[in-house]
Amino acid sequence: MVKQEKMKREKGTFPFVGPILACVASMSPCAAFADWEINLPRGVTPMSRDIYDLHMTIIGILAVIGVIVYGVVIYTIIRHRHSKGAEAATFDKNLTLENIWTVIPFLILIGMAIPATLVMMDMDDVADADLTIEITGSQWKWHYSYLDQGIEFYSNLSTPPDQIYGAAKKDAWYLREVDRPLVLPINKKVRFVVTSTDVIHSWWVPELGIKRDALPGFIYQAWARIDKPGTYRGQCAELCGVGHAFMPIVVKAVSDEDFSRWVGQQKKPHAAPRTAQWTMETAMARGKALFNRRCAACHQENGSGIPALFPALNTSAVTVGPISQHIDLVLNGVPGSAMQAFGPQLDDAALAAIITYERNAWGNDTGNLVTPDQVRARRSTQPTKRGNDQP
Amino acid sequence: MTMSTQHDAALEQPHPNARRSLAGFLKHWLFTTNHKDIGTLYLCLSLTMFFVGGAMALVIRAELFQPGMKVVDPDFYNVLITMHGLIMLFAVVMPAGVGLANWQIPMMIGAPDMALPRLNNMSFWILPCAITLLASTILMKGGGPNFGWTLYAPLSTAFGPPSTDFLIFSVHMLGISSILGSINIIVTIINMRAPGMTWMKLPMFVWTWLVTAFLLLCIMPVLAGAVTMMLADRNFGTTFFDAAGGGDPLLYQHLFWFFGHPEVYVLILPAFGVISQIIPTFSRKKLFGYGLMVIATAAIAFLSLTVWAHHMFTTGVPLGAELYFMYATMLIAVPTGIKVFNWVATMYRGSLSFETPMLFAIAFIFLFTLGGFTGVMMAIAPSDYQYHDSYFIVAHFHYVLVPGAIFAFLGAIYYWLPKWCGRMYDERLGQWHFWLTFIATNVTFFPMHFLGLAGMPRRIPDYALQFSNFNAVASVGAFIFGFAQLIFLYNVIHTIRSGKKATAQVWDGAEGLEWTLSSPPPYHSFQTPPKIAP
Repeated sequence: MVKQEKMKREKGTFPFVGPILACVASMSPCAAFADWEINLPRGVTPMSRDIYDLHMTIIGILAVIGVIVYGVVIYTIIRHRHSKGAEAATFDKNLTLENIWTVIPFLILIGMAIPATLVMMDMDDVADADLTIEITGSQWKWHYSYLDQGIEFYSNLSTPPDQIYGAAKKDAWYLREVDRPLVLPINKKVRFVVTSTDVIHSWWVPELGIKRDALPGFIYQAWARIDKPGTYRGQCAELCGVGHAFMPIVVKAVSDEDFSRWVGQQKKPHAAPRTAQWTMETAMARGKALFNRRCAACHQENGSGIPALFPALNTSAVTVGPISQHIDLVLNGVPGSAMQAFGPQLDDAALAAIITYERNAWGNDTGNLVTPDQVRARRSTQPTKRGNDQP
Repeated sequence: MTMSTQHDAALEQPHPNARRSLAGFLKHWLFTTNHKDIGTLYLCLSLTMFFVGGAMALVIRAELFQPGMKVVDPDFYNVLITMHGLIMLFAVVMPAGVGLANWQIPMMIGAPDMALPRLNNMSFWILPCAITLLASTILMKGGGPNFGWTLYAPLSTAFGPPSTDFLIFSVHMLGISSILGSINIIVTIINMRAPGMTWMKLPMFVWTWLVTAFLLLCIMPVLAGAVTMMLADRNFGTTFFDAAGGGDPLLYQHLFWFFGHPEVYVLILPAFGVISQIIPTFSRKKLFGYGLMVIATAAIAFLSLTVWAHHMFTTGVPLGAELYFMYATMLIAVPTGIKVFNWVATMYRGSLSFETPMLFAIAFIFLFTLGGFTGVMMAIAPSDYQYHDSYFIVAHFHYVLVPGAIFAFLGAIYYWLPKWCGRMYDERLGQWHFWLTFIATNVTFFPMHFLGLAGMPRRIPDYALQFSNFNAVASVGAFIFGFAQLIFLYNVIHTIRSGKKATAQVWDGAEGLEWTLSSPPPYHSFQTPPKIAP
């Protein structure tokens, strides 16, 4: 199987691709710096390398055609100038020539289509996977579920808003860092099933050679066999609303042993913080940080929302109304709107902090300190599926 | 080809500019049914909106000049990219094409006017109303449409701002305007040709517009249907595009791209026509392979109706569909290649001079071909998985639309403006405009290829630090491009007001009926059909 793939890759590459790549690289004055990157990454999966080879082959063929066509135009611009007394010829057709430039491009295209078809068929073959990951996009985060291991978690942008709005220095992986990366074993065929809960997203990691649209209500598949440990980054590629630029993907590829160890660690339960340590000060500080990351894209940092799109929280009846209703709304979301159910996404302490912050910031000043226990209590009264209590 | 500049002086009406009062002025332009007036209206609208859409592009480029959110907020950024796209397509490139058609088609086929002059007036005046409604959505509560010009569901349905309904109505009006305009063009070309103007004597520009008009008739109703379904999903509880009610978001994409892909040929085919007029004139040589050019135009139009899902390779369409749409898309390269080769063959062993229209035409051949190359790359479905929705795509479609459609239409204005107003433009300013535009286009859009390949998605207001350098370069180019167009604006106004008198022939190598008329042509030309040599 591996041998077969190797053979295919060797067949797929034309001999002149290397020199052309070298030419392109030498023409760019700063190709040595990563910031001046001009080409696709070769990537770390057989698929990404097949795509890369195909890409370079096609560029090679097109470069040859381009040199010929541009060469003739430049020649005629130099030689056949009215100002140099050139007399216009009178020919206006030549059937042989016209046949040639109809048939030859057609043959070249067939030559391109054959390797492309092979790669396409390979890409479509998701059978015999060692591991299946369900990827669910939602505004504006990814959720990963290891279907065989029973692990699931959300992966959020970890760049603080201060860096985005220029109040702090941007670090090296600005907008390309997450709180929890997707951890995958190398040398295993990983199948991805991709879907979405709200709008269309697209899961794109160039180095894996995968881009797959996530459509709400449908599941589409892709696969990768990573053969080099490392951290590979990408981001959502389909416009999905205000936070489209802010839903990165980080994949950490590790050895099989490291992967097993990681899986073992994930299964340990997290100790919930005790209510005794819960003070207004700590809840507000944590709530503010969480709110600015998770909620401010819609509701804005000053709680004003965006009129007619996203409700304001600084003038809302919910944030100064009964605590239990406020908790329920955050837990269950508002079906059919951009307000997601945060119950499955955040733990009790995080939700309690956010709700405390919402009830005391921007002049709401209710003085309410919402505790994790209160959130847990509301959680236990809810049906697990949202919307069941809707008419 | 022809000879006849006979006009019946008794039928000649005074030129409208003679009427000086404001009411008379407004009444004239509002109710005019003259193809030259309506052509002028289309072109003025197009030029105005070119600066509006361009200003939006500059705000976008200002935001992208450096990483970090600096100029606009992410929601308004999304409104800007949506508006920039819709305005450039529906309010700039399409009206420019129709404006040229209005001016040129009757003069090129020896007709006194368009076949349906009142319809012509109506199809124009719907347009400013539609565009005003479209632009006014920015001021509405909840902001303008913020989901990209492709209006993908469910971002535009369940998640769209309230102004989306006005956008939908505006798209309906734009569609009606296009359909009426197309009917008029088709009827004119079929019925109004001067005796002896047989099909295979039609100038290429007329041919390309005939094909374009048919293409518009095929696709505009589909777009209208798709946005009507959107309207129903938003307001009447239907679920065409919502899986929860048995619908499918992909259905929207199929419908949209059935319109959207031929639409790009609606934009570029008239540009092909313009290039096919300019190149022979300044090569002083007949267009090479006229017959094959006509066939290639029709073939491109037909194929364009059969390739839409190449915009959807990564959406999960089945393998068979991926392969079919890949092959069909690659096939378009054949007739497009024929066009480019024939233009090159027309130039070959000609007697070339390089006035501004020719410079734009040659730049078109170079840069449109580059856009065609990246088009072939994207047709290769597996590779498209890396290119799709990245800046590589942005580079590709700007290369076919800016140095493609826009260059061709700028060239067309320089080429025909002396005929229309009887005054010559300033060649030195034209050359400045061309060279600045040419350089700026490449500085702006070429680095976008690199950004896309390196992994930058399109439609993002903020980006990772690795993309900083090329984004800064592209922004600098965009501002040079924008300010270079002011030279064009000045040159056009200066020409109309005080340019040097132009001769009837204008260009020594130009052939065709329009050059047999005086410069400017009489308000009603060819009231007696010209005689066409067999």
